Amino acid sequence: MRLTCPHCGERDRREFYYQGDAVALNRPGPDASDVVWDDYLHNRDNPAGMTRDLWYHEGGCGAWIVVTRNTLTHEVLATELASDVKEVSA
Amino acid sequence: MRFSGLKVLAEGLTGNKGWTAHWRDAQPKPEYDMVIIGGGGHGLSTAYYLAKNHGMTNIAVLEKGYLGGGNVGRNTTIVRANYFLQGNSEFYSHSMKLWEGLEQELNYNVMFSQRGLINLFHSDGQRDAFARRGNMMINQGDDAQLLDREAVRKKLPYLDFEQGRFPIYGGLYHPRGGTARHDAVAWGYARGASDRGVDLVQNCEVTGIDIEGGVVKGVQTTRGAIRAKKVGIIVAGRSGLVAGMAGRRLPIESHVLQAFVTEGLKPVMDHVISFGMGHFYISQSDKGGLVFGGDLDFYSSYAQRGNLPMKEHVMEAGMTLMPMIGKAKVLRSWGGIMDMTPDGSPIIDKMDGIDGLYIDCGWNYGGFKAVPASGWCMAHLMATDQSHDYAAKFRMDRFRTGVGIMDEEGTGSQHNLH
Repeated sequence: MRLTCPHCGERDRREFYYQGDAVALNRPGPDASDVVWDDYLHNRDNPAGMTRDLWYHEGGCGAWIVVTRNTLTHEVLATELASDVKEVSA
Repeated sequence: MRFSGLKVLAEGLTGNKGWTAHWRDAQPKPEYDMVIIGGGGHGLSTAYYLAKNHGMTNIAVLEKGYLGGGNVGRNTTIVRANYFLQGNSEFYSHSMKLWEGLEQELNYNVMFSQRGLINLFHSDGQRDAFARRGNMMINQGDDAQLLDREAVRKKLPYLDFEQGRFPIYGGLYHPRGGTARHDAVAWGYARGASDRGVDLVQNCEVTGIDIEGGVVKGVQTTRGAIRAKKVGIIVAGRSGLVAGMAGRRLPIESHVLQAFVTEGLKPVMDHVISFGMGHFYISQSDKGGLVFGGDLDFYSSYAQRGNLPMKEHVMEAGMTLMPMIGKAKVLRSWGGIMDMTPDGSPIIDKMDGIDGLYIDCGWNYGGFKAVPASGWCMAHLMATDQSHDYAAKFRMDRFRTGVGIMDEEGTGSQHNLH
């Protein structure tokens, strides 16, 4: 699998650290209930098919990247900077 | 049909014409007392112990493909009871005891081989950690011996002891650990359950779970609707998808774990060896193939096949540990879908808020050795509505409350760390 870093272009998967579901961008407020925090930290849709997850370009520019890919085929459909995704959703 | 030495001899002399099917390929009935979703190791052992220990036989096991076609037929067959934390320790200890009596229990040759497992260590700190683990295993009533370098060398003379990166200081020896023939475990439990009246229904994929007023009523399948008073979800890597049919999200992320086997070789390796620093473990099957594996590919996947970087890493680790395997040819590699929990420990629990729905999942990359005890405890839960003492800590709500997190590796309770 190769991932396209928005800064550096297409790179080997080994340059990237996998953080997990891109739900990590939607951090609840500090006063949110234990149920909300549990959902954010632990519970996952875990789809067989399209998923969006968060990767860190550890061996490259250090960017956090949201990768849209297929968990059944390992096909990568899109990559975007997490900061851009966060800005749009804000 | 009962297996015995006499039967084998008699069949051998009469052209092996008297062997019959090991279990009934049942047609689904419209209603059962209980339905088990998933005909893998854990589902089949649950059905077996429901029948054997609890006298419940109006049960169906629904399998979307063929029996034992998932992880129980894809793992590296290692059995061990070398856990550290309370909760895990007593559970895997119980599982080991069930393994030791399994062939007599099932009248089935699962080729259980207690050839001994050796976890290597490579530093003073690691030796201390393994000494402590060994003491916990002994306290649990299981067996462990701390071996120094020379004792390991005597057992495993072919390792590269003086390598610069990870010189071998010794190993924690678990003599009762070993391997079993994975397919035979599924087949043996299937036969035992079927003989007791359990319907094993293959090619029957569950497509929905019927819930009315917070009570489970049955399941929808590709072979029609089936009513049931109780439903157990035991589907390993697919747990998230099946729980989704009941409107629930689980603390599970599915990852691919690869395994490898070489061409058949003359006996060369007597034990199961794990090389933690290289994320590598290996044993030799009775057919002669070296069976080995490493770590997860470390991103969520349902593909049942892995990527090249982890293959390369595993081969490098193998060559580092035992350069003698360099000329063995890899015959094939494959992947299985692991149901990873944040803390790396499993879940055997009721589905909160839905009466009659139970789940057994989160076996991470260690489900095979748990097959007997998981079935034992899940059957107890489904039959009595009470957690079995040995699985009382496998609760789903530990993630919400933070109480009873069982992080065996001590890396943190977070999805990408196990």
